[in-house]
Amino acid sequence: MGLHDVKDKLIAIVGAENYEDSKVSRLVYSYDATPDMQALPDAVLSPRNTKEVSEIVKLCNEHKIPIVPRGSGSNLCGGTCPIEGGIVLLFKHMNQILELDEENLTVTVQPGAITLDIINTVEAKGLFYPPDPSSMKISTIGGNINENSGGLRGLKYGVTRDYVLALEVVLPNGDIVRTGGKLAKDVAGYDLTRLYVGSEGTLGVITEATLKLVPKPETKKVMLAHYQDLEAAARTVSSIIAHKIIPATMEFLDQPTLKVVEDFAQIGLPTDVQAVLLIEQDGPPEVVARDMQKMAELCKAEQAVFVQVAETDAEAEALMTARRAALSACARLKPTTILEDATVPRSEIARMVRGINKIAEKYQLNICTFGHAGDGNLHPTVPTDARDHEEMERVEEAFAEIFELAIDLGGTITGEHGVGVMKAPYLEWKLGKEGIGVMKAIKQSLDPNNIMNPGKVFAKETRKRVVVSQ
Amino acid sequence: MTSVKEQQSIQTEFQARMDQDELLNCMRCGFCLPTCPTYIESGHKESHSPRGRIALMKAVVDGLIEPDEEVERSLDLCLGCRACEPVCPSGVKYGFLLEEARDIIQQNKKHSAPVKLVRKTVFEGLFPHQDRMRMAMGLVGFYQRSGLQTVTRKTGIMKLFPDSLASMEKVLPKVPTLKEMKNRPEHLPAIGTQTKKVAFFSGCLMDTMFLETNNATMKLLQHAGCEIVTPKNQACCGALHGHSGEKASAKELAKRNIQAFEDLDVDYIITNAGGCGAFLVDYDHLLKDDPAWSERAVAFTAKIKDISQILYELDFHKKVNMQLPYQVITYQDSCHLRNVMKTASAPRALLASIQGVEFREMKDADRCCGSAGIYNIVESEMSMQILDYKMAQTKATHATTIVTANPGCLLQMKLGIEREGLSDKMRAVHIVDLLLEAVESRH
Repeated sequence: MGLHDVKDKLIAIVGAENYEDSKVSRLVYSYDATPDMQALPDAVLSPRNTKEVSEIVKLCNEHKIPIVPRGSGSNLCGGTCPIEGGIVLLFKHMNQILELDEENLTVTVQPGAITLDIINTVEAKGLFYPPDPSSMKISTIGGNINENSGGLRGLKYGVTRDYVLALEVVLPNGDIVRTGGKLAKDVAGYDLTRLYVGSEGTLGVITEATLKLVPKPETKKVMLAHYQDLEAAARTVSSIIAHKIIPATMEFLDQPTLKVVEDFAQIGLPTDVQAVLLIEQDGPPEVVARDMQKMAELCKAEQAVFVQVAETDAEAEALMTARRAALSACARLKPTTILEDATVPRSEIARMVRGINKIAEKYQLNICTFGHAGDGNLHPTVPTDARDHEEMERVEEAFAEIFELAIDLGGTITGEHGVGVMKAPYLEWKLGKEGIGVMKAIKQSLDPNNIMNPGKVFAKETRKRVVVSQ
Repeated sequence: MTSVKEQQSIQTEFQARMDQDELLNCMRCGFCLPTCPTYIESGHKESHSPRGRIALMKAVVDGLIEPDEEVERSLDLCLGCRACEPVCPSGVKYGFLLEEARDIIQQNKKHSAPVKLVRKTVFEGLFPHQDRMRMAMGLVGFYQRSGLQTVTRKTGIMKLFPDSLASMEKVLPKVPTLKEMKNRPEHLPAIGTQTKKVAFFSGCLMDTMFLETNNATMKLLQHAGCEIVTPKNQACCGALHGHSGEKASAKELAKRNIQAFEDLDVDYIITNAGGCGAFLVDYDHLLKDDPAWSERAVAFTAKIKDISQILYELDFHKKVNMQLPYQVITYQDSCHLRNVMKTASAPRALLASIQGVEFREMKDADRCCGSAGIYNIVESEMSMQILDYKMAQTKATHATTIVTANPGCLLQMKLGIEREGLSDKMRAVHIVDLLLEAVESRH
């Protein structure tokens, strides 16, 4: 598809300097962080304000041109890969933090603002924006909202969804709506804010957001518990929660992951143990101290071989940073890295870990497992090579089984990465025919011409469910 | 213009020579983006980011895109600062990919006659020959001493040149005389108890234009208890060639240097220019496919150490008393020293141990200053944009002394000071010159 008819009109909207369609500019927006996925857009536009976004969308709707809103392209589900061509929308001009409201504890931002910049800005005022996806140094808030990103602090603080109070959205017909407000309570009609959070750019373009903030915790402490038994680590997670302690973070890393992360970060992580739990608690000093001590005891009661508490903030930060690098560090093992985010109720973590290991054995794959054990969100990761077709097939089969297992345990196919292209064939497994039907009805009524990020969420064909023999 | 035929041969060679595993290793996570100066300064253009550049290289290999002018532009605008490497969790060796790509493009392009002449003169005629470097610098010295410089400045002829070049002319250090440049000591004893025997890599530009800094380096090494050998037959490190798509010449220089140093029986080979050191330390990669040289290159690179690092390791700052009149000093990292040689804390520790001064870290000290070899001349606009940011951070520290660890950075910071009109309030120095000043002004 070409844009010949509308090119001039698009340029008239955004200005020539914000319209790019050279081969290079199309190529560098043909991918995101999803392995083995690439498709060229027809043009790349950088609108300067909501009005321009609205005009672009209106024009594209008229001409049925696909639109893919893109932040920094760090998502893992193919969410910003323009698989049906069309226009990639960039938000490099719409990247401002507009207002920090200390009375209502909100921050209002444009979609292109970098997550970490927002976090730093609010923390400088003693406030706290908890969602912290591993990509936060580069991810945009628009991307986080569209993917409903999670992060390490999800267990105690929830995810992006729990912090979005209000949105400005350009609908697929070009209309501009404002949802929600700086309100703790608001039941005026359907909750459109929540509908748009995690909608993966398929229902409109988010052009502004107001986020909820909380007071910044006074202190935090980090500890690392070593295990020679994977399931003992998993059992500890349930044990801590059952003892009514909700840590800010409770991360699980298995030995293969520890080895690659240590290789990258070189901060003295143990590589001779089967697994570790990385636990962070924040809050008033006396509460943090009490919780840390109690959790250390619980870890030992579940056969932790060693428990170490980070002595300094720098040491704690190094541990957390190392964990955030886990995914990319896995990429050191092999050229291609396939990572999923199947999620189960946290009480099922031990069973899930055991199941993943069995599946790895069955398909003869090296699976690194790490993730947010505290909220049941694991990241089984397979280092592989996209050029090895035989192995790639085994990887696909293995993941199908992992999804199946997650659903059987009352979980979901994706906890925080989104459906995009990657998980679309499995969506019906989780939602059922009726669930998909409802979502399609929403999509159809808001975007009848299917211009907003087409090819995402809904698959042309659902994958046949395999029957797992337990 | 790159002709269609040139593009085809570039593409074929990309397929043959680019390290495809390394290209695939980039998983496009984007962790490199916030560290890339050109990505930041271009207003977040993906084509000017490491991830974008790798994607372009891979697309050329995959045949998705032709190596057209815009691809070349994207690679040209890269500073080669390699700030993307330490933050890359996948450990992609971006610098190697860039060098290979640039070499392929340059070697398959038919340059216009004047460009060809300049490249040949600089890369083959001048830098590989230390005697000619001395001659060239001798001319600069003559220019400075003869009164010609005064005349030039009075006539305003420099106004005809780009701003950055005109300012650059002003900040060039006083070049030593030809005689001084020729009479270099080959052997120096340690002062006090000898702890190590080291060889000194004197460098081409460092041993001419920055002769004083080389002298200071040797004095510090002597104070640290090092016996020093400076072999006469060493050559330019080849960084300039390697970074500009002249890999074959770089390899020749590498071999000359390995030969000059390998039989010396020394503990370390010391450099005082981050840019040279980083290139020397990568000789093992440069010569990895040459069976006659690969092992010798590994042995050579294992000995390379920056002056700050060895001083720090030998506890120089604890053993030798250093003192200066009160001033605020700040440190600008040399990208290659930090990102490739991984030397970042040693220079800071040395500076912090000077008594009487206050060391203040500037924001983003690890971000490139925009010098990047000859980048500030060939990509003047971007370079000056990067420098303006750097000067803003420098000024925020209220420092009056900016310390650097590489001649390119030193000139660039001097240029920044000149451009800001701060020549009477602020100075830029090489770290060894400041350390020696602190050693000599103690008591």
